[in-house]
Amino acid sequence: MNETEPMRTPMRRVRALGPARSGTGHFWYQRVTSVAGVPLTIGLLLIITALLGRTHAAVVQILGSPIVAIIMLLFIINTAYHMWIGMQEIILDYVHEEKWKMLSLMANTFFVFGVGLASVYAILKLSFGV
Amino acid sequence: MADIETGTTRGAARPRPISPHLQIYKPMLTMVMSIVHRITGAALYFGMLLLAWWLLSAATGPNAYANVEWFMGSLIGQLVLFGYTWALLHHMLGGIRHLIWDTLHGFEPAERELLTLATLIGSITLTLILWVVGYLVMGGPR
Repeated sequence: MNETEPMRTPMRRVRALGPARSGTGHFWYQRVTSVAGVPLTIGLLLIITALLGRTHAAVVQILGSPIVAIIMLLFIINTAYHMWIGMQEIILDYVHEEKWKMLSLMANTFFVFGVGLASVYAILKLSFGV
Repeated sequence: MADIETGTTRGAARPRPISPHLQIYKPMLTMVMSIVHRITGAALYFGMLLLAWWLLSAATGPNAYANVEWFMGSLIGQLVLFGYTWALLHHMLGGIRHLIWDTLHGFEPAERELLTLATLIGSITLTLILWVVGYLVMGGPR
């Protein structure tokens, strides 16, 4: 590819939005969530290790304590955004037919919101003990 | 492959150039690790279901939690969790490698190989350490 034979049409170049219609924003946020993901993943692994073999009552108490709950919430939200972008990138690489692309992008959003919200809800319930 | 000659004719139906895909390249460590990074990412994507299930069971009550503990303690559960641990650590270290590359460092042939090998050895080592700690020090899941 060279300057005179661009892969994208002129209108696509002007809009500079790429196949996901959203430009380089996702590229940047994938980096932001990666950087945040490193300490949060270490935190998650430490928390899980500390909970191994404990009774349900102890697990509920520890997961609902402020610092642990906040780390868990940060991990879940950060990971949800990261995996949403990541799966979108995979879909855009392999699914080219417009209908299936749209449907799988939609399924990706549903999955991430479902799993993310369920996890956040669980932590909040453990924290506030309703 | 697209017909390159017709690509020069002016008109509406001008075919776009097509680049060769993965199958013509010899597999190299950096390339395989790049693919593994994506595969572990996709696996972790669905693995988040496990985390959600575990958290929801803890929030639901002792019986639900006991079911999850039973599954996680079973042979299949342990294998899944072991794979999950490795995938998570490998994806994390691979991510750090990519962040280093984002700063335009580590692109020399020897550096590339070293970083990629460090990702693999690091993830396996950390996984084993974590599981030994999990079993010996904490008593392991009951």
